[in-house]
Amino acid sequence: MTDTLNIAGKSYQSRLLVGTGKYKDFTETRAAIDASGAEIVTVAIRRTNIGQNAGEPSLLDFLPPEEFTYLPNTAGCYTADDAVRTLRLARELLDGHKLVKLEVLGDPKTLYPNMIETLQAAETLVKDGFDVMVYCSDDPIIAKRLEEIGCCAVMPLASLIGSGMGILNPWNLQIIIENAKIPVLVDAGVGTASDAAIAMELGCDGVLMNTAIAAARDPIRMAGAMKKAIEAGRDAYLAGRMPKKLYSAAPSSPTTGMIE
Amino acid sequence: MIHLTINGKVKEFDVATLYVSDLVERLELTGKRLAIECNGEIVTRSAFAQTLLNDGDKLEIVGAVGGG
Repeated sequence: MTDTLNIAGKSYQSRLLVGTGKYKDFTETRAAIDASGAEIVTVAIRRTNIGQNAGEPSLLDFLPPEEFTYLPNTAGCYTADDAVRTLRLARELLDGHKLVKLEVLGDPKTLYPNMIETLQAAETLVKDGFDVMVYCSDDPIIAKRLEEIGCCAVMPLASLIGSGMGILNPWNLQIIIENAKIPVLVDAGVGTASDAAIAMELGCDGVLMNTAIAAARDPIRMAGAMKKAIEAGRDAYLAGRMPKKLYSAAPSSPTTGMIE
Repeated sequence: MIHLTINGKVKEFDVATLYVSDLVERLELTGKRLAIECNGEIVTRSAFAQTLLNDGDKLEIVGAVGGG
């Protein structure tokens, strides 16, 4: 049986989802995404430049919709209303596209999510027919509530957006994963490949990242490293790790047949 | 004269009537992938040619950009 990531009725080979921000140019964006093997890519919705550079290439020219599943986000939104408006615009922009990433921030300094506004927006969006992947705090009760509302995936933070601090609370993530009947993806905070591998070893269904790749010295190489880390972590999770013991007194080589 | 606030900036159009499709053309956005909201309501692409703009309307014209 093939091991795929299933979100809102569609299967994906890759469990790595990537952002498209902070790259030097669109060529680098494309090369990094290719190296990552990601099939789902996040995009932001912003005001179009009016009357400037009419012929300028756009991000979507470099990431054609036949090749990628877009995940429009609500980055920068601080209220449920703004997030809902943004995603309705995204749906119109992307010809009725339903899969979205909801995030409502609470504080411009830390970018910590505002879960009160997020819950409100999630309810509205689910009722409006969206498939909502939701960025959230690593609170198991909130994650469960978002699942009950009808979100198609919960995406708790590993640590704060853009911090690269890695997984700060593996225990909460474990509780969220254990309780969830929908995919759980770590979103935000991954700094390097080992962080991604740990998330997958915990049993996460996937990882979403942007800065860890885009802000690496060599983003394309890091994208490849993340791909391998996600695959290795997933395999390790499925293989089932050996139990941890302080010591075992059971060496790997035979205890008999020693020379005398 | 029609005054519109487009993406936060006031613009004047020296015409008696202006459809959303005319506006898209005047802004040299024809064929671009975009979405338009007028006074908080989405104007679908199929309705551009039938949607008349009024003096004082507030528009948001958006596209997709890189983001995480």
